[in-house]
Amino acid sequence: MPSLDLLFQPEIFLTWTSALKTSVILGVVLTMVAYSVWAERKVSAFIQDRVGPNRVGWAGLIQPIADGVKLLLKENFVPAGVNKLYFSIAPSLAMIPAILVLAVLPFGSSLFGVPMVIADLNIGVLWVFAVSSLGVYGIVLAGWASNSKYPFLGGIRSSSQMISYELALGLSVIPVFMVVGTLNLGEIVRYQVENGWMVFPVWFSQGAGPLELTTDSGAMFGLNWEKILLWIPMMISFVVFMIAMFAETNRVPFDLPEAEQELVGGYHTEYSSMRFALFFLGEYAAMIAGAGVIVTLFLGGWSLPFVPDGAQGWFWGLVNIGTFFAKVAAIIFLFLWVRWTLPRFRFDQLMKLGWYVFFEVALINIFITAGILAFLKS
Amino acid sequence: MATVVQRPKLSLLERSYFPALLGGMWITIKHFFKMMAGQTKVTMQYPEQRWDSAMPEWYRGAPTLVRDEHGRERCVACQLCEFICPPRAIAIKPGELDAAGKWAKVEKYPEKFDIDMIRCIYCGLCEEVCPEQAIFLRKDYSITGLTRAEMVHDKAKLYELGGVMDGLVHKWNEKK
Repeated sequence: MPSLDLLFQPEIFLTWTSALKTSVILGVVLTMVAYSVWAERKVSAFIQDRVGPNRVGWAGLIQPIADGVKLLLKENFVPAGVNKLYFSIAPSLAMIPAILVLAVLPFGSSLFGVPMVIADLNIGVLWVFAVSSLGVYGIVLAGWASNSKYPFLGGIRSSSQMISYELALGLSVIPVFMVVGTLNLGEIVRYQVENGWMVFPVWFSQGAGPLELTTDSGAMFGLNWEKILLWIPMMISFVVFMIAMFAETNRVPFDLPEAEQELVGGYHTEYSSMRFALFFLGEYAAMIAGAGVIVTLFLGGWSLPFVPDGAQGWFWGLVNIGTFFAKVAAIIFLFLWVRWTLPRFRFDQLMKLGWYVFFEVALINIFITAGILAFLKS
Repeated sequence: MATVVQRPKLSLLERSYFPALLGGMWITIKHFFKMMAGQTKVTMQYPEQRWDSAMPEWYRGAPTLVRDEHGRERCVACQLCEFICPPRAIAIKPGELDAAGKWAKVEKYPEKFDIDMIRCIYCGLCEEVCPEQAIFLRKDYSITGLTRAEMVHDKAKLYELGGVMDGLVHKWNEKK
């Protein structure tokens, strides 16, 4: 079987497994995007004692498809006076960065020996920050190219908001790298498998797996001074990162770029049909990617305590993948829950919060972590 | 005199917003889970569930024409309803009854009786003004159609909706 051997040449193997992983993860995430819109409507309805979509399919489960078909069939209207080039590329610029972030997220341990991450970059987190902040260009360009005052205001708000929160976002994860000692997201998850999650560090595990629970040298629950001391800056990091992520993905209470009550529809007021849908989907894709980053950095990625990784068999590999997406779904639920509870900030409050509170907290947190690490080393 | 509203003194914890934020989150999640558990019953699934059974007798729905217990159409084509109708939704073409017929003494009947349901405002003045108690606002509230022509209720449709109502007017009955 020469052809089969060819498939397992290292380079060729890498090529086709990467292509396979990319297409599968793209399919899964785009489905999740569609269904998080459904979840948004359902959760908001339940919180407000309504029923939500329940006509198209069981519990409205086919609603996203119906919505997609509707949007495809609508007229793609381009108003007179817009900058046509920027107007038409802005929706894609809003959608693409959100999807690119997924490339470095480890969504599982390994399956049949193939690591479940599309690109195992050593600069993983830098990639995430670099690419996800490009998302603001889509919004700014849309606001500017629309040649209309409300979208313009939305675009301006978006740019200032993202710049303010980018700092807190970047600074708040530095303590994580100081503890772990790498920027590689896969390594960060590995660290959390062995030392407990960043926000819940209450177990050790020398190897991985429930089998070792039976032996004396295996995994166990426990805390020591080192963990408790490091827990404090990690929680601060987590809270700041989480809130900055809300701002970064334009979710309530920081959804000023599309504040309906003030700015009509915000930056996408002039858009219709599939271009509008791309903005909409881009927002949710950014939310999913953001949730993935939060899960990877602070909630142990694909790991569950005492569940073995993919090296123990393909079943556990699938369990790990399922765990990752379950955690992402839980974070998305939190996003939705917050959206339908909290009122929107005023713009000056938002800026004040970003520059006076979160920036400082994140900065001080770095020094706290450094101090703790120095204390522990000595 | 100006009223000075005393601002409440907030503690540091209250000023951090966190208790209020968490309180809000707690309220919404309670509503969420109550709805999930099916304990909240607010929405009525309209086309399947209707409030018809809870509707009062005097409900002002679509105007209809009624027949009496002899099967005689009550309307005598006096056109009072046509004149009083504020949006001019009613159009009547009176006709003369056959002199040899049983009800010849009534003399007139509506040859055509159209109510334009796009115009009708459900005010009930036609019912109020009718000397023969021939027109009633009944409980049909969901009047729909795909064309304007469909939305004009003609005589047949009005009698179909109205049905029979006995009693009330006896002046045309046989003398005892």
